[in-house]
Amino acid sequence: MDFDWLFFAEISLAGLGTGGLYALTALAFVIIFKSTGVVNLAIGEMLMVGAYLVYGLATGFGLPIWLAIVVGVLGSGLAGGVIERLAIRPMVGESPISTFMITVGLASVLVGAVELIWTADQRRMPPIMPDEAIFIGEAFVSSKVFYGFFVTLILISLGLLVFRFWRGGVALRATAFDQGAAYSMGINVPRVFSLSWVIGAMIAAVAGVIVGAIGGISPAMGIFGLSVLVVVIAGGLDSVLGALVAGMAIGLIESWASGFLGGEYKVVVTFLILIIVLMIRPYGLFGTREIERL
Amino acid sequence: MNQAVIEPLLTLGNITLAFGGVKALTDVGFNVVLNTITTVIGPNGAGKTSLFNTISGFYKPQAGEILFEGKNITSTPAPERARLGLARSFQNIALFRGMTVLDNIKLGRHAHLRTNVLDSFFYLGRARREELALRREVEERIIDFLEIDHIRHHPVSALSYGLQKRVEMARALAIRPKILMLDEPVAGMNREETEDMARFILDVRQEWGITVLMVEHDMGMVMDLSDHVVVLNFGQVIADGTPEEVQQNPEVIRAYLGSGDVSDLRQRLRQPVTQ
Amino acid sequence: MRIGTAKFTYKHDEALFDSRTQYAWLLVLACSLVAFPFIANEYWLYLACLVMINIVSATGLNILTGYTGLVSLGQAAFMGIGAYAVAYMDNHFGTPVIFNLLIAGGITMLGGVVVGIPSLRVKGLYLAIATIAASMILHFIFANWGSVTGGTAGLTVAPPVLFGFSLDTSFLFYWMVVPVMVMMLLGAANLFRTRIGRAFIAIRDRDISAEVLGIPLLRYKLLSFGLSSFYAGVAGGLWAYFFRIVTPESFPLSMSIFFLTAIIVGGMGSTLGSILGAVFVTMIPEVLKLIVGWLPVSVDATLILSPVRTIVFGLLIIGFLIVEPLGLQEIWRRIRRFFHLWPFKS
Repeated sequence: MDFDWLFFAEISLAGLGTGGLYALTALAFVIIFKSTGVVNLAIGEMLMVGAYLVYGLATGFGLPIWLAIVVGVLGSGLAGGVIERLAIRPMVGESPISTFMITVGLASVLVGAVELIWTADQRRMPPIMPDEAIFIGEAFVSSKVFYGFFVTLILISLGLLVFRFWRGGVALRATAFDQGAAYSMGINVPRVFSLSWVIGAMIAAVAGVIVGAIGGISPAMGIFGLSVLVVVIAGGLDSVLGALVAGMAIGLIESWASGFLGGEYKVVVTFLILIIVLMIRPYGLFGTREIERL
Repeated sequence: MNQAVIEPLLTLGNITLAFGGVKALTDVGFNVVLNTITTVIGPNGAGKTSLFNTISGFYKPQAGEILFEGKNITSTPAPERARLGLARSFQNIALFRGMTVLDNIKLGRHAHLRTNVLDSFFYLGRARREELALRREVEERIIDFLEIDHIRHHPVSALSYGLQKRVEMARALAIRPKILMLDEPVAGMNREETEDMARFILDVRQEWGITVLMVEHDMGMVMDLSDHVVVLNFGQVIADGTPEEVQQNPEVIRAYLGSGDVSDLRQRLRQPVTQ
Repeated sequence: MRIGTAKFTYKHDEALFDSRTQYAWLLVLACSLVAFPFIANEYWLYLACLVMINIVSATGLNILTGYTGLVSLGQAAFMGIGAYAVAYMDNHFGTPVIFNLLIAGGITMLGGVVVGIPSLRVKGLYLAIATIAASMILHFIFANWGSVTGGTAGLTVAPPVLFGFSLDTSFLFYWMVVPVMVMMLLGAANLFRTRIGRAFIAIRDRDISAEVLGIPLLRYKLLSFGLSSFYAGVAGGLWAYFFRIVTPESFPLSMSIFFLTAIIVGGMGSTLGSILGAVFVTMIPEVLKLIVGWLPVSVDATLILSPVRTIVFGLLIIGFLIVEPLGLQEIWRRIRRFFHLWPFKS
C-alpha cells in the first residue's frame, strides 16, 4: 500500500497548528506555575472565557472584531486577577493539593457561568482572519490554522526571551516556593502573584480566540485544557521551552493518531503519553527536579 | 569495658556518601557497642543528619557498609530496618499531625502486628485482640514510663515542643528497638525539659536495655551521658573515644572553637551549657 | 452537659460509640431508617437510595483521598467498572445479587491496584493527574470494548432478585441498600481503629516517618487504592441495579468531581464526613430545583438548572476549602461540643 504522503503532510501541518496552540496555552500555565506554584487545572476554562468574552463583545455589543479582541483579552486579564485575589490568594501556604482542588472548583464555576449566559450550544466566532485555503507545496492548510500558528510562535518566542534575559525570571521562582524568602529579598509578592495570573489569563484568552476561530466555541472547550495538562507534564511544569517542544510534539502525535487510527483514539493516545511520561520522567523533559529534604 | 571482646551492635565501615559533587560523608567508620550511649557531635553541616539518614536507609552510600548485629544491612530497604530493630527520631519533629498521641505511639508497633484488612474490616477476633493488647502494652510500658498519660488523647499538633519530642521518643520505643537513634533530642528545650529527657535516655538504656545513638549539640549532656563520642567535621571522623579522650583532642577543639588557648577551651568544653 | 463518661477498661475506651446517649441516638436513627420507607413517597425513596449509594462511594473515596492523602479523580470510572461488572454478570451468568456485588467490588479492586501502581514514583498532584488519565482510558474502554460493555449503547440490567423478591421499586430496593451501606460504613470505621487505618493516615501526614516505622509505602498505597476501589465497585454495582442501564456516559469525569466535592464538603478523613458530604451534595440539585421553581423570573427553569448546579458545585469546593477545610463534620463536632459542655462555655 502506497503511503499517502500528502495526507500525512496535511495532518502534520494541522497537528503543528494545534501544537502551537497547545504550546501557547501551556505558556500561560507555566507562567502561573512559575510564579505562584499553582497547578491550574482550569487553564482550559480560562481559555474558554477569553473566547466567549471576545464573542460576547463582538456579537452582543457589536464592537468591531479587532476592538473586541483587545478588550476581551484585557477583560480576561482582569478576570484572572480577580480569580487570583479571591480564590488563590487565601490558599497561600496550604498544601498544593488543596490549591489544585480549588482550580478544579474554579473550572466548574467558569463552565457553569458560560453555559448560564450563553447556553450550551456551539457558536461561531465572527470572522477574524481571511478564510482562504493556503497551500504549502501540495498540502492544504486552513488559513486560520496558518495565521494562528504564527501568532503563537511570536508570543512564545517573546515568552522565551523574557524568561531568558529578564532578571525577574529567577525572582519568580522564589515567589512560587518560598514567599517568606521572596518578601525579604524585596520582591513584592502579592503584585507578582496578581500579575502572573493576569498575564496567564490574557495569553490563554489569545489562544482561546484562535481556537474558537478555528473550531467554534462551546462550554465544552475546556477539554482543550486536559491535553495542555499532558503538555506541561511532558515538558516540565515550570519550563517555557518544555511547553513549546512538548506542545508541538503532542499536537503532532494527536493529529497522527486521529488521522491514522480514528478520531476516538485521540484522547486515549494523549493520556497514554501522559502515563508513560509520568512513569519514566515525571518532571518532564525540561522541568526542575524537586528534591525532598529529609 | 573491654571493647575488643564485645561484638558491637552496629558497625559502620568506610561510609562515603556524595550528592553530585558534594561529599557529605567521607570514609566514616565507627562502632556502637551494645547497651551504651554513643553520641555523634560536630559543627553544623558536618554530616550528622546525613549519617543518620544513611543508617536509616534513606540514602544509599556510594561506598562502605553497615553491619547490624553482624548482618550487612547496607542494601536493606528502610521499612525493613525498622523490623530489624532500628528506631529513630527526627530533628524536626516528624509526628503525624492528624492523629492523637496514642495513635502516634501505636503506629510504632505497626511492623510487629499481624492484623490484615479483612480482620480490620470486621474488627473481630484477631483485630480486636491485637488492638487491646497493644493498648495495654503502650499504656503500661510506654505512656507510664514517659509520663505522658495526661495527654494521651490530645492531637499532637496541640502539644508543646518539648512534649512533642517526648511523644516521638514514645513512638520510637513502641518499635521495641534494639537501637534507638535520636537526632538532637533536646534541641530547643529549656533546662528542665533537657534534664527530663536526659533522665529518660538513661532509663531507656538501664531499664529497657536499648542501645542509644544520638546526635547532640548540648555539650553538657553529651559529656555527662555518653559512654562513647564520635566527632564529625566536614563529613569525616576526626575523633572517636570516651568523652574525656575527645575533650582533650586538639583537632576537636580546633574544629569547634577555632584556634585559641587550648587549656582555656578545654575548661569551657567541660562545663554544662548554661541555657 | 456530658458527664459520666469515664472509662474503666481499655476495651471501653477503644469502642466506636462510647456513651449511653450515643447508643440511644443510634437506636433512634435505626428506628427512623426502618420506618422511613413506610412514610415516604416514591420521590423521597428514590432520593434516599441515591444518597445511600453515594455514601458508599464517598466513603471509599475518603479512604483513598481523605485518609491516605492520595487525590483521585477516577472514582466515577471505578464505579463504572463495578457497574459494568454487575451488568455483565447478570446478563451472562444470572448469578445472585450479593455475589455479583462482591465480584464487582473485587474486579474494581484489581483495577484500582493497577491504577495505583504509579503511586510510588509519582506523588501528590502528579498522581491526581494520572487518575484523570486512567479515568479517560477507562472511558475509552467502556465505549469501545463492545463485546463486553456493549459499546456506546451500553448494557441493561434486570431488577435484582433478593430472597425471592424482585427489587424493582425504590421501596424494595431500599431494603437492600441499607444493610450494604451500614456494613461498608462500619467496616470503614473499624479500619481506622486498627493498624491498617493508622498506616494510611501516617502515609498521608508524613510518608518518610511512616517508612521509618516499618510501613512499606507501595504496599499500603496499593492497599488503599484497592480498598477504595472496592467501595467504588460495590457502589457502582448498586448503581447498576438501581438505574438498570449502564452506558459509557453514565460515569463521566464530572461525577468524580461530584464525589470529590462530597468529601471536601463533608470532611476529608472522617467517616461521618463521608455521610454528611454525600447527603449534602446529593440534595443540592434537588434544593436548587426547588429554588429555581420559586424564582419569579420568567426563565426557563430546566435550561438554567444544569449550569447553576455546575456553578454551585464549583463554589462549594472553593468555599469549603477556603472557609472550612475540615468540612461539615467539623461544624457538627463544634455543635456537639457546645452541647457537651453546656451550660459551661469551654
